[in-house]
Amino acid sequence: MTTTLKHTRYIISQNGITFGAFSLFFGFVLIAVLGNAIAPYDPLASNSAIALQPPTALHWFGTDQLGRDVLSRVIVATRLDLGIAVLAVAMSFVIGSILGTCAGYFGGWTDRIVSRCIDTLMAFPLFVLAMGLVAALGNSIENIIYATAIINLPLYTRVIRSEVLVRREAGFVEAARLTGNGDWRIMARHLFPNVLPVMMVHLSLNMGWAILNAAGLSFIGLGVQPPTAEWGIMVAEGATYIVSGEWWLALFPGAVLMLAVFCFNLLGDGLRDLIDPRMRT
Amino acid sequence: MLAVENLSVEFRTRSGVVKALEAVGFTIQPGETVGIVGESGSGKSVMAFTLLGVLDRAGQVTAGRALFQTDSVAVDLLKEPESSLRQLRGKELSMIFQNPRTALNPIRRVGRQIADVLRCHTDLPEADLRSKALDMLASVRIPDPDKRFDAYPYELSGGLCQRIMIALALACSPHLLIADEPTTGLDVTTQATVMNLIKDLAEQRQMATILITHDLALAAEYCDRIVVMHAGHVVESAPTRSLFTHPRHPYTAKLIAATPEPHKSFAELIPIGGNLPDLKAADLPPCRFSYRCDYFEPSVCNQTPLSREFLSPQHQVACWKPL
Amino acid sequence: MARYSTGKIVGRRILGAIPSVIGVVIVTFLLTRSLPGDPAAFFAGPAATAEAIEEIRQNLGLDKSLPEQFLIYIGELFRGDLGVSLTTGQTVLYDLLTRLPASLELTLAALVFAIALALPLGILAATRPNSWIDHGVRLLATAGVSLPTFFTGLFLIYVLYYLWGIVPAPLGRLDILNSPPPQITGFYLIDSLLIGDLGLFWAAAAQLFLPAVTLGLFALAPLARVTRASMLGMLSSDFIRTARASGLPPRQVLFGYAFRNAMLPVVTTLGVVFSFLLGANILVEKVFAWPGIGSYAVEALVASDYAPIQGFILTMALLYVVLNLLIDLLYVVIDPRAGVES
Repeated sequence: MTTTLKHTRYIISQNGITFGAFSLFFGFVLIAVLGNAIAPYDPLASNSAIALQPPTALHWFGTDQLGRDVLSRVIVATRLDLGIAVLAVAMSFVIGSILGTCAGYFGGWTDRIVSRCIDTLMAFPLFVLAMGLVAALGNSIENIIYATAIINLPLYTRVIRSEVLVRREAGFVEAARLTGNGDWRIMARHLFPNVLPVMMVHLSLNMGWAILNAAGLSFIGLGVQPPTAEWGIMVAEGATYIVSGEWWLALFPGAVLMLAVFCFNLLGDGLRDLIDPRMRT
Repeated sequence: MLAVENLSVEFRTRSGVVKALEAVGFTIQPGETVGIVGESGSGKSVMAFTLLGVLDRAGQVTAGRALFQTDSVAVDLLKEPESSLRQLRGKELSMIFQNPRTALNPIRRVGRQIADVLRCHTDLPEADLRSKALDMLASVRIPDPDKRFDAYPYELSGGLCQRIMIALALACSPHLLIADEPTTGLDVTTQATVMNLIKDLAEQRQMATILITHDLALAAEYCDRIVVMHAGHVVESAPTRSLFTHPRHPYTAKLIAATPEPHKSFAELIPIGGNLPDLKAADLPPCRFSYRCDYFEPSVCNQTPLSREFLSPQHQVACWKPL
Repeated sequence: MARYSTGKIVGRRILGAIPSVIGVVIVTFLLTRSLPGDPAAFFAGPAATAEAIEEIRQNLGLDKSLPEQFLIYIGELFRGDLGVSLTTGQTVLYDLLTRLPASLELTLAALVFAIALALPLGILAATRPNSWIDHGVRLLATAGVSLPTFFTGLFLIYVLYYLWGIVPAPLGRLDILNSPPPQITGFYLIDSLLIGDLGLFWAAAAQLFLPAVTLGLFALAPLARVTRASMLGMLSSDFIRTARASGLPPRQVLFGYAFRNAMLPVVTTLGVVFSFLLGANILVEKVFAWPGIGSYAVEALVASDYAPIQGFILTMALLYVVLNLLIDLLYVVIDPRAGVES
């Protein structure tokens, strides 16, 4: 354990960027948790008297077409955007882990069926599939989460399957089997924990992609409906005003969205260095 | 033909400077076969790569000369600019690598890889490249060269790949061939064929050969002289016969005792204790064998610089207390 | 181990794509049948009468069992019957076919832009490890995949159109002063050249520039990243050392030997990149009012017009299957080992 700690410290001291990403990550979590409490104004309160004001000392990010405070809306949206991504990623991680571990461990028909289903999902461009799923399941936030979870499923299933496959015949698994552990116990106690570190990297990178995806769906009008504050929809609303020069409507939510995704991607890269320096690319 | 003097190479890594070679020296005459012997990590390959100028980016030559002389050229390989060195590589001096399967371009037909080398060192017209490459394939005794010309490395056995490697290295009739563990990874019968092939071709062409190997018995069979390396030092160099009859360095003696021979039983083989020292350590002793040496005596052996004594014009040993 | 003729290999790959096509058709079918509420009502549109809905139910065979419905669906697909769009009043097949060239032109232009930039950058970074260009490429690789395409598009519009005025208004494939060239390939850039109208070509190129760059930036990052990583791997490989030790000129070592081998992982990555591109295409088309199939689907989505969406998803998936097949074939061309069955 001490070597891991040392290694962590080494990585962080060597790599200020990863440290920055960690700080940013905690910042986002804090904003998501506090939400309404730290927003300077009511994110839904419109006031046509101050509509479309550029950033001022009172409204740091300016106001939108209905006079709502953009900063407050960006802050409040954090919880929704991160929430959607966390739930979706958690869901695909859990289901993908089970499917992947079973496919890798049992092989045979289980593997063939799981792999065939995953291949079918992979035959679609993923964002298009998500769009179709939301359109078919119904236009709601829950369905955005389900759709995002489903399109991420192949990633987790495939990675875990191949990692389990490599370790299935490994000495420690054989040892566990010989000492009388059942299949399920071996999978849960011996195989899965060994795969976990690699999965953390994918989890982090995938969070960024899930956020992008959910924001993209709401940008084309799926899922989140106005007047709810959400980064994607705020950019969509601001899009109309950008050609007339009111840049702050779209810029701030878009930039924060980008920063959040960037943060998770940097974090993923940092974790990759931490877990396996050789994977560094 | 080639005289390496006082060659030192360092690798700068994230965890420190590796002193891979220190004050290495040896010579080789035209037509001679010299074996460079040592365990893995002793710096044999690093030396070969340095001479050809294909060292990894992290490696740096910190001192030394490598004078290379033939009828047509006389240069210091370590000072020569990359562009003119390139003219020499593959033409005047060539190299055969271990792992013939990975040493060939996996997605290019082997015949064309030979033709590539011919094209850059000769004035042969494009049309003659193929026939010349076919001649080379035939000269390394590859059956059915016409068919093999169009093969990819993955379609050939390890032994065939190594022969392709040899054909590629000898395509432009170099004066010096460096063979780096040419038989590692081949099965035993193929090993002998490949070694005999190298030997015959070297004799035919009056070519000097440096045979790098960890296998003392192999070196004994094919080499006129042997240079023993340990942890980046040349510890002893001598004609093969006198090295075996009168090893003067304790490491050489141990190496001979650890080498299997037909008349020895397994129990007679004596493993060498200990490991190579960490070449990153700041406090490397002058004699890098001192940790593993039975005759180590701090007051004598820790004198700097390490004694490099000529016991005879042909026999050099790097030891304060030679046997 | 045996090597097959190229024809046989191609045949095998094409056969190998068939399960994907079947999977795609099944999923698309299931998506339709899982419509919330009454699918017939959905297809009929919000203004339809009860009789109309009933008629559609009969027409669609929704009163039949699921397997029967599936067979009917397959039959319709073979006849090219994807239904009728309520918004445009045309058959979905017609709409998709007229709009597809716009999407393809945009996607291909973006891909060309991404490859033209990513490969040199990746190679430069790999040949100069830890230089500023290497760090730059690594930053770009992480930052690039973090860019929300719709946001990048808007940002570029603001700077290049609103502030600097160096690109035309983001309103589709041509400004109002020009009329489209006669349809030959459907690609404005090519068609305008074919009829020899250079002015039209430049007008179309100007419109295409910004959306293609926006879309391309998204694909640039993964490509540059993989190129860099695989070039790095290749440059330290044994056979590159052999090539250098044989005195081959640096140009040949770098491009003839290292680069061709390094292309293999890059070609594999193209599959993922296409998945990105086709998805992001929808967003970019919406931002730039690009009259492709993506914006067609978004418009249909807003109007709850379901048949076009279904047709769109099927088209995209089939397109993706075909692209993956092409990637597979490209791989076979580059790597002689790909055709081997052990």
